[in-house]
Amino acid sequence: MKTLFVLASAALAMTAVTAQAKTFVYCSEASPEGFDPAPYTAGGTFDASAHPIFNRLTEFKKGTTEVEPGLAESWEVSEDGTEYTFKLRQGVKWHSNETFTPTRDFNADDVIFSYDRQGNAENPWHQYIPGITYEYYTSMAMPDLIKSVEKIDDYTVKFTLNQPEAPFLANIAMPFASIVSKEYADALDAAGTREDLNNLPIGTGPFKFVAYQKDAVIRYTKNTEYWGTPAIIDDLIFAITPDAAVRLQKLKAGECHLMPYPAPADIEAIRTDPNLTLEEQAGLNVGYLAYNTTQAPFDNPVVRKALNMAIDKNAIVDAVFQGAALPAKNPIPPTMWSYNDAVEDDAYDPEAAKAMLEEAGVTDLSMKIWAMPVQRPYMPNARRTAELMQEDLAQVGVEVEIISYEWGEYLAKSMEAGRDGAVMLGWTGDNGDPDNFLSVLLSCDSAGEGGANRAFWCNEEFSALLKDAKVTADPAERTALYEQAQVIFKEQAPWFTIAHSTQYVPMSNKVSGFKMSPLGDFTFETVDIAE
Amino acid sequence: MTDTPISPAPVRMSDAAIRRRMLSEFWFYFRQNRGAVIGLVVFVLLVLTAIFAPVLAPYSPTAQNRGALLVPPFWQEGGSTAYLLGTDAVGRDMLSRLIFGSQYSLFIGIVVVSIALVGGIAIGLVAGFFGGWVDSVIMRVMDVILAFPSLLLALVLVAVLGPGLTNAMIAIAIVYQPHFARLTRAAVMSELKREYVTAARVAGAGNFRLMFKTILPNCLAPLIVQATLSFSSAVLDSAALGFLGMGAQPPSPEWGTMLAEAREFILRAWWVVTFPGLAILTSVLAINMMGDGLRDALDPKLKRS
Amino acid sequence: MVRLILSKLLYLVPTFLGITIIAFSFVRILPGDPVLLMAGERGVTPERHAELSAQLGYDKSVVLQYFDFLWRLLQGDLGHSLVTKKPVMDEFLALFPATVELGLCAILLATLIGVPVGVLAAIKRGSWFDQVSMTTALVGFSMPIFWWGLLLIIFFSGILGWTPVSGRISLMYYFPDVTGFMLIDSLLSGQSGAFTSAVRHLILPSVVLATIPLAVIARQTRSAMLEVMGEDYVRTARAKGMPSRRVIGVHALRNAMIPVITTIGLQVGVLMAGAILTETIFSWPGIGKWMIDSIARRDYPVVQSGLLLVAALVMIVNLLVDLTYGLINPRIRNK
Repeated sequence: MKTLFVLASAALAMTAVTAQAKTFVYCSEASPEGFDPAPYTAGGTFDASAHPIFNRLTEFKKGTTEVEPGLAESWEVSEDGTEYTFKLRQGVKWHSNETFTPTRDFNADDVIFSYDRQGNAENPWHQYIPGITYEYYTSMAMPDLIKSVEKIDDYTVKFTLNQPEAPFLANIAMPFASIVSKEYADALDAAGTREDLNNLPIGTGPFKFVAYQKDAVIRYTKNTEYWGTPAIIDDLIFAITPDAAVRLQKLKAGECHLMPYPAPADIEAIRTDPNLTLEEQAGLNVGYLAYNTTQAPFDNPVVRKALNMAIDKNAIVDAVFQGAALPAKNPIPPTMWSYNDAVEDDAYDPEAAKAMLEEAGVTDLSMKIWAMPVQRPYMPNARRTAELMQEDLAQVGVEVEIISYEWGEYLAKSMEAGRDGAVMLGWTGDNGDPDNFLSVLLSCDSAGEGGANRAFWCNEEFSALLKDAKVTADPAERTALYEQAQVIFKEQAPWFTIAHSTQYVPMSNKVSGFKMSPLGDFTFETVDIAE
Repeated sequence: MTDTPISPAPVRMSDAAIRRRMLSEFWFYFRQNRGAVIGLVVFVLLVLTAIFAPVLAPYSPTAQNRGALLVPPFWQEGGSTAYLLGTDAVGRDMLSRLIFGSQYSLFIGIVVVSIALVGGIAIGLVAGFFGGWVDSVIMRVMDVILAFPSLLLALVLVAVLGPGLTNAMIAIAIVYQPHFARLTRAAVMSELKREYVTAARVAGAGNFRLMFKTILPNCLAPLIVQATLSFSSAVLDSAALGFLGMGAQPPSPEWGTMLAEAREFILRAWWVVTFPGLAILTSVLAINMMGDGLRDALDPKLKRS
Repeated sequence: MVRLILSKLLYLVPTFLGITIIAFSFVRILPGDPVLLMAGERGVTPERHAELSAQLGYDKSVVLQYFDFLWRLLQGDLGHSLVTKKPVMDEFLALFPATVELGLCAILLATLIGVPVGVLAAIKRGSWFDQVSMTTALVGFSMPIFWWGLLLIIFFSGILGWTPVSGRISLMYYFPDVTGFMLIDSLLSGQSGAFTSAVRHLILPSVVLATIPLAVIARQTRSAMLEVMGEDYVRTARAKGMPSRRVIGVHALRNAMIPVITTIGLQVGVLMAGAILTETIFSWPGIGKWMIDSIARRDYPVVQSGLLLVAALVMIVNLLVDLTYGLINPRIRNK
C-alpha cells in the first residue's frame, strides 16, 4: 500500500500541469481483478492490463483478428508445423516506476519467464499469489500443446509443439500470453514484494501504469519510449462505472469520453444526441439455445428443426436486443473468416413446424427452457427471450416451462449429462479463430463431462472436419472445411441459433481515431481528442 | 392449543365485556389521529385492490403486446387510453402489473410478520419464562442475528436459499424475528413479577397455560406495534431484495422486481421507473401511518401527555 | 468505568464467536461452485475441477475448514479473494474509508437536521410546523431509498445537471491517498476546487442514505422531548416560573438526548443496509457494493470475512453507544 502512495505522489508531480496535456477518460464497466493478465479471464481486466500496459510476441492488427508481429519481429515455422522460431524485436524498453528502473531491454529471458511461470508448476513464480491459477493458459490447451520453449540467443526463441496447431499464432496474441519482465520479477523477489507484479505492473506497452484506486479509478500515462507508434493522448483514465445508465449519464455530462456496453434501450437516444457518436460492429459472439440431443424426442433432428422453425427469431431480436443484433443462422458470427453465408436459415413457419412435429409422431410435447439469470454480452435478457419462445412454442402446441438457477449453479447443472430441457447460453470469441467456436462448443471431444458442448451433440463427420482444419496450415483449405462443417450444423440443428449481438461504442464527438476491435477489446493508443 | 378452557362461564362474559370496552377505547384514541385514519383507508383500498385484482386490472399482468412496447401514459404524447399508465419493455400494461403487484406486497407483509411473530413470541416466551442458561443462550443467538445489518443478512440468506419470493420472505422473517423475541422476553420478565402471575401459579396453572393464557395477552400492545412496523419494513426490504435481483423473479409483477427490470430505461421511459416506486412508497406510508395511530392508541404513556 | 468496559467486552466474546460461525457456515452452504464460476461458459474437466478445489482448500471437511478459518482469523488473516486473489483485509481497508465517509456525512446530516426539527416539533406540538415536519418524516421513513436515489439522479444529474452522476471526486483532481477520506485528502492536496468537487459528489448519496435515519431521529427526538416535558420535574420547574427556554434547554433537552443517542447509534446497522443500496445506485466504491458483488460472484472468502467485519463494526459502535449512554446518564453509570 505504501509504495502506492509514493508512486501516487510522484504521479502528482506529473499531472500537476494538466492544462496542455490531453487526458482521455474511459468509463469502464468492471474493476480489473488485477494487473497481471495471466491469471485472469475477464475482458475488463485485459482492457486495463494486457492492452495498455503489455505486449505479446504476436499482436492482433488493430480492428481485425489478423495476427501481426508484436514483440516478435518475424517467425519461421518448420515444415511439419511443430517448431516456431521467433526473432525478437530489439531496443524495446521496459517501463519504470518508483521502485524499479530497468537496466536492460526486453529479451528472450522475459519470454521464457512469461511462459514458464504459467506452464511449469516448479517455477517459483507459478504460485506467487496463493490460490492463483492460469485459466486461459490451461483452457487454450497450452500445457498439452507446448513441449518446450528454448532460448537460442538473446533475441531468438524457439517453441516446440507436440502436434501442429493452426491457431497457435492467434493463441499467443491473446492477453494471457503477455510478456512480463524477468528483471522486475527478480527485483521483487529480492525486495520480498512479489504481489507487486500484480499490483504495480511493469510492461512494454503504450501506456505506463500510474495508480489504481479500487473500484473507482485507474490512471495511466503515455509511454514516450514505446517501440511502436506512441499514443497521442498523454494521460489515460479508466473511471469504473458498472451501471450502464450511469455510464451514459457521465458520457453525456462530459465526465468521460467513451464508454462500453450501452443498454440496448438507450441506443436510439444516443444515435440522435448531437454531442455523441455511436460506432457499431457485429460482435464476435453468438447466443444460442442448445437442445439436449441425447434426450428424446430432441435426439431427432427433425424435431429440433421443427422447433427452430416455430420460434420467431426476428421478434426476439426486436424485443430483447432492441434491434441491436443480427439474427444468427450459423454458430459463428459473420465477422469471422470462413463464415458460410450460403447457409440458409430455417424460416419462421409455425404451420410447417406443426406439421413436421406431427409427422415425427410428437404430440403433446412439453419441454423445459433454461434461461440464465444474468446479462451476458451475447444475451441482454435471457428471461425475456425465454418468455417469447414460450409464447411461440405454445402456438405449435408445445408447452414450455422456463427454469433458471443462480448463475454458478446454472453453469454446473447445464453441463450435467441427462439434463432435462434446452439450455440458453452463448459464447464470445477469444482469438478470432473459428476453431475457438466450433471445437469448443460443438465437437465430440467437448461433449463429454466438463466440456462446453451443452447440446451433448456428437457428429462424427462434423468433428472430423474440425480436426482436419486444426492441423491444416493453408487458410483457404481451412475455410473450405469450416464452411462444410457449418452446412452439417444447419442440417442437424443441435442449436436454435439466436443472434449475434451488435457491439456499440458511444463516444463524445471530440473523440477520433478509436478502432473497434472485433474481439471486444478497448484500446486507446490510436485515440485523439479535440479540445 | 390443546388445553381446555377451565375458566367458569360468568368470568368469561365479563372478560368479553372488558374486551369490548377496551376496543371502543382503542378506537376512540385511534380516531383522534387523522393520519392513522387516512392510512387505514388507503390500506383497506390496497387490500381491496389485491383481492379484486383480476377484476380491476384491464389486462393480464404478464400478457405481452409486441405492438405496444414502452408506450407512455395516456396524458403524454404517444400515449393511449388503452394503456392508462403506459407499457413496459415487452408491452405489458403497467397499470395491470401495479394492481397485481399489490397482492405480492400484502402477501409478503402478512407471511413475513406471521412467521417472525410466531417464531419470535415462542422464543421470547421460552427465554423469559425459563431464564437462566436457556435465556442466556437464546439471547446470545438473537444478539448475533441483530449484529448483522438486516438487509445484508437477508441477502446472504437468500443467496444460500436461492433467489425467489419464498426464500426472500423466509430470510426477512428470520432477520426480523429477534425483535419480537426481545420484546416478548422483556414483557414476560416484568410480568412474571406481578401479583396476578403469582396468584395464577398458586392456583395451580401449568407453565404452558401461564405463558400463553396469562402472560401473553398482557404484553400484546408492544407486539402489535412492532408487527405493523415489521409489516412495512418487510414490504420495503422485499422490494429492495427484488431490486437487487434476489427477491421475486421476473416476470412476476412484484414492485421491486419491476423497478430492477426498469432500471435500464431510466433515461428513456420515466414511467416504468416512477410508478412502481410510488406504489411501494404509498403502501408503506399507509401502513406506517396506521402503525403510528396504533401506537398512540395502545401506548398509555403517550396517551397521558 | 474501566471495569464496565471490560465486562462489556467480555460479554461480546460469545456473540462474536457466534458471528464467526454464522459467517462461516452461511457461506459454506451457498449453492454454486466458485470453481465453475471461474470457468464460466467454458466448462471445466473433472480432474481440473478437483485440482482447483484442492488448491482452494474446499476439499477438506467443513469442521476442519472452520477451525482453519478461526485459527487464521486469530492471526489476523482473513484469506484471499477468489476473484482478485488479493488479501481480503487489503481490499476492505481500501474501500472502507469511502463507506465511512458516506456514512458519517449521512448521519451528521440526519442528526443536524433531525434533532432541531424534532425539538421544535415537540415544543410547538400541534402547530403546522409539527404536522408538516412529522408528515415529511413519515414519508422519509417509508421511502424505498433505491427508488429515491434513482429519482434524484434523474432530476439533479440528468435534467438539471447540478450534481455529478457518480464517483467520489472529479477525475481532474489527482492526489495521493493520505486518510482515504476524500474530503480531508482533497483539502490536504491544496488543489483549488478539489474540496468543492468532493462535496458535490457526496451530496446526493449522503442525502439518499440520510433519508431514513433523518426521519427516525426527528420522530424519536420529538417523542423523547414530549415525554420529558411531561415529567414531573419539568412541570415543577415550569410551575416555579423558570423561563420556558431554560427549562427546555437545560432540563428537557439533556434528558431527552439519552434515547436519541441510542437511536443514532442504532442507525449504524440501518446505515450499513442503506449503504448496500446507495452504493449500488451511485457506483460508490465502498463496502456495500463490494459485498453485493462478492455475493453475486460467490467470492467465499470475501463474503465470509466481509460479513464478519461488518458485524464486528456494528457491535463496536453499539458498545460505544452503550458507554456514551453511561457517561450522559449518571444513574446508569453508578449502577
